[in-house]
Amino acid sequence: MFLGRVIGCVWATAKNPQMEGMRFLLVQPLTPELQNTGKRIVCADAAGAGAGELIYWVRGREACFPFLPKEVAADATVVGIVDDVHVERTTAAPKNAKK
Amino acid sequence: MLIAKVIGELVATQKHSSHEGRKLLLVQPLNLDGSNRGDAVVALDAVDAGVGDRVLLSTDGYAASSSVGRPQSPIDMAVIGFIDHVEILPGVS
Repeated sequence: MFLGRVIGCVWATAKNPQMEGMRFLLVQPLTPELQNTGKRIVCADAAGAGAGELIYWVRGREACFPFLPKEVAADATVVGIVDDVHVERTTAAPKNAKK
Repeated sequence: MLIAKVIGELVATQKHSSHEGRKLLLVQPLNLDGSNRGDAVVALDAVDAGVGDRVLLSTDGYAASSSVGRPQSPIDMAVIGFIDHVEILPGVS
């Protein structure tokens, strides 16, 4: 899972019929220090998150499990709303850390 | 699986039901030399790890969700063990 912030919504009128009624959120991935990191992505919403909220999201095959038994074509899904982050490290991750 | 260090915890009230009753840890993956390997991630705790522990992080969905005993749930990362010691062959960097 990854930390992120909801920075907007995406509307798609014509979509896969299995995806009727689903919400799509624009998510900016964050570091534990809440600095932006990486590119923004579109996530399906399984947590009822709203604009500006701190959330965590899953990627990959697991992203469609919250919608079972519907087999939706989601590859990233918001699964929780973060109330609080406790970080205990003194140095922030270097921006160009080796992947 | 990755070597990682637990650097913090998340508090989340409104979350998927399969995540309830398990700690959400902020985990920083590490290289063999101890430097950071990319950005920190959020992982579910399967072994009762705490901040400061060096742990084994599974980044596969099937492994992670079955290790916390909740298959078919939206879990893609889990802390599945503690690391006591890492031995590297001499000359390997």
